[in-house]
Amino acid sequence: MSTLIWIVLVFAALVAAGWVFRFAGQTVTGRPYFRDMEMTTAFGYALGVFTIGVGVWLYFFVEQAVFFRWAVQGFVIFALAAWLFRLLGRHVGTEGTRKLFRHMPLTASFGILMILIYAIVAIFAQWLAPYGQEEVFAQVNVLPGGDPAAGGDPAHPLGTDQIGRDLLSRLIYGAQNTVGIAFATTCLAFLLGGSLGFLAATIGGWLDNLLSRAVDVLMAIPSLIFALLLMTIASAWAGSQSGMLTFYMVIIIAVIDSTRVYRLSRAVGGNIVVMDYIEAAKLRGEGLGYLIFREILPNAYAPLLAEFGLRFCFVFLTIASLSFLGVGIQPPLADWGTMVRDLSQFINFAAFSPLTAALPLMAAGAIALLTVAVNFVVDWMLHRSSGLKE
Amino acid sequence: MTNRDLLLKIRDLHLEGRSDETWQQIVNGVDLDLHKGEVLGLIGESGAGKSTIGLAAMGFTRDGVRISKGSVEFDGIDLTQASASKKRSLLGKRIAYVAQSAAASFNPAHKLIEQHVEAPVQHGVMSKAEAMADGIELYRRLRLPNPEEIGFRYPHQVSGGQLQRAMTAMAMSCRPDLIIFDEPTTALDVTTQIEVLAAIRRIVEEFDTAAIYITHDLAVVAQMADRIKVLLKGDEVEEADTRTMLSAPKENYTRSLWAVRSFQRPAKPAPAADATPIVSIQNVTAAYGKIDVLHDVSFDIHAGRTVAVVGESGSGKSTTARCITGLLPPRQGVIEFEGEPLPRDYRKRNKDQLRQAQMIYQMADTALNPRKTIGEIIGRPVQFYTGLRGAKKRERVRALLNQIELEPDQFIDRLPSELSGGQKQRIGIARALAAEPRFVICDEVTSALDQLVAEGILKLLARLQDELGLTYMFITHDLATVQAIADEVVVMKEGEVVEHGPKAQMFRPPHHPYTDLLLSSVPEMDPDWLSRMLAERGEDNIGDAAVVRM
Repeated sequence: MSTLIWIVLVFAALVAAGWVFRFAGQTVTGRPYFRDMEMTTAFGYALGVFTIGVGVWLYFFVEQAVFFRWAVQGFVIFALAAWLFRLLGRHVGTEGTRKLFRHMPLTASFGILMILIYAIVAIFAQWLAPYGQEEVFAQVNVLPGGDPAAGGDPAHPLGTDQIGRDLLSRLIYGAQNTVGIAFATTCLAFLLGGSLGFLAATIGGWLDNLLSRAVDVLMAIPSLIFALLLMTIASAWAGSQSGMLTFYMVIIIAVIDSTRVYRLSRAVGGNIVVMDYIEAAKLRGEGLGYLIFREILPNAYAPLLAEFGLRFCFVFLTIASLSFLGVGIQPPLADWGTMVRDLSQFINFAAFSPLTAALPLMAAGAIALLTVAVNFVVDWMLHRSSGLKE
Repeated sequence: MTNRDLLLKIRDLHLEGRSDETWQQIVNGVDLDLHKGEVLGLIGESGAGKSTIGLAAMGFTRDGVRISKGSVEFDGIDLTQASASKKRSLLGKRIAYVAQSAAASFNPAHKLIEQHVEAPVQHGVMSKAEAMADGIELYRRLRLPNPEEIGFRYPHQVSGGQLQRAMTAMAMSCRPDLIIFDEPTTALDVTTQIEVLAAIRRIVEEFDTAAIYITHDLAVVAQMADRIKVLLKGDEVEEADTRTMLSAPKENYTRSLWAVRSFQRPAKPAPAADATPIVSIQNVTAAYGKIDVLHDVSFDIHAGRTVAVVGESGSGKSTTARCITGLLPPRQGVIEFEGEPLPRDYRKRNKDQLRQAQMIYQMADTALNPRKTIGEIIGRPVQFYTGLRGAKKRERVRALLNQIELEPDQFIDRLPSELSGGQKQRIGIARALAAEPRFVICDEVTSALDQLVAEGILKLLARLQDELGLTYMFITHDLATVQAIADEVVVMKEGEVVEHGPKAQMFRPPHHPYTDLLLSSVPEMDPDWLSRMLAERGEDNIGDAAVVRM
């Protein structure tokens, strides 16, 4: 009950502070901005100041808020890195890229930087990782931190898992497996969904009906359940060949996700085929291939690219969830979804050893970071392409 | 005029628009005075800043536009400095706005009268019941059919002209002192336009409302305004009483605007009686789905001539073009090209048949692929039909650009979005010419353009016809364009040809009653034209009402 009273009191205080702020602004400056300010805006200012105050208090005066401090530090470091990266981009490179970086928001440069880092880590995993992903060591369950007094080992900075594999190496290899497979799957989904969608939009009639109804049927089944079902069948087919299972997984997720791509490209294509320049091309006698790839596709890049970014995140998360549930990427291949599952028990140690509890969060964080980065870049691209149309 | 009170006083108004992170001047210091009950016409081409000034007169700017200097005084209140709540109490009550597209301005989810009563109820002028009764009264005064019921329809259930009048009624709902009309009739057919013009003029006079009437059409503004102000690129060119302005404009720019309609090429002599027409449309009936939209249409187009097809929206002009190009295979009838019947469906036509008939579109914006450069747009048909590649293709594209009077070096690598409306339309012409056709369909090619630019396009088309011996089918609803360029005229109404003959014959009575109505509905530059026309025909015998009675 007392919590409720506190919340009400804080709210009332914020409203009062907002009113005082606006009144002070009106009397001191007399600018139209304060005169026309809504009470909600003034409240927003008060709330903002209050939130920043709470943050500062947590950061400096509360001993237990370790994760909060890490989050703030991480945020500052990433922001700084993004800023430096943008600065670099503004002074290095061709005239075109420099111009691109000049108008780039910080979020987008952060996204690009992150995607670059992921790509480098994924491509050069063999050289970057200290050990192989399947290498097993004698010491199991070594704690992270590298401090022997606290149960760590300097040779394994992030520790080892329950059968003695180096976690840092597995995290790095996870980029290769998870991101690589997700990328291949998304490309396949776009190839399939995109071409069928444009075909349906251009030809229309019975083909459109046939494809659309087929897609409706596929979309009617909840996608994760459907994927699980198909993966169970596929694991029976694949038998002991884990490589084949991964291949089936790519196909299954690509087909399920291509239905969404189909819907989008059909809708986008439908808006483009009614344009007069498509009519002009048809009347010229152009073939279907030219119409789709040379006339329609260039005008559909912006929404498709945005969808590619989003779809990549969804595919990536689907693979991680399938792995988490045990039917995705199979051991001994390293994968972030599996790592989250295997290490999830460590989260119970949060009160005693924050570093240990952070282990499952590292894999989860790697997934989250890439998802956020891709979305930042996609947002920026969408903004740019819509700006060009004006 | 001086003894009446000053209602709106704009002084030294500067407006800036944002583009690429910088602010650029779009209106440079315009002064404007408006007295009670007076109508001021603002005219100019697109980009002259007339709409922006119209909105600024309400103390409002669009996103990305700001008032950088100057004052807008409405009845002693400076709207540029007034608080948001002060402006809210004025807008809709004492100042109202009528937009160009009523269809886009009404909320499609609510009935007309529900939207009508919003302003008076919000401002506390009337109760909802009073406002409804008043709305019906206004509908009656604006001569809307069934005034008792029309308000209870949804926007899509009434015609464009009726919607525009309903919007005028809505603006009148609080009996404002000032109404801004922003091109209220531009999107309407001529016969509908005259109805709306008559209704607006009458109601503005009845309530003694002051108005700013924004348009690019001189003949329209001549009917509506007491005074006219001419704008060019954000600057005032000149201002004078309507009669003075029309009879004796001072500035060269104004004179050039006035002179646009004077372009006229002489009609070519009639073709030999036994000549084979280049395109012959014989008893064509065509349908969208199950509904026939063309009924037994027949006419011939002879080589080297321009045949104008005239009619209002929905008359079947564009459908005829679609039948000729094969996009809409006719249900019955034959289309012959130089005596040879063409396959009905364009997919069954061979490359040469497709090449011979080309099309130029109304909206150059949607007719050019926005992701391709001008060189690619024109180069594609060159390569496709003539097989030229590489340097030879580029040479041909440059020649075509020269032919349409655009400098090749400057334009060949640009995208359509970097071109003005008139330039885009020229590219559309070049793309048609690239196929080296004998017959070109021009579908409303000038109706989306400013008058000076449109005149340039018409002159270009006339020159190309002389040089290349082209044959045009010219679809238009604008009779001034027909006067300028046509040799023969086909008048269509509801999918039928109502009259067909040489131009000279068409513009001389006796006419088919529909042609007569069409011709008499075109506004003239005479300020007394509307009054005379209403006196001659009677208020109930104009516009849609007259069409229905036919």
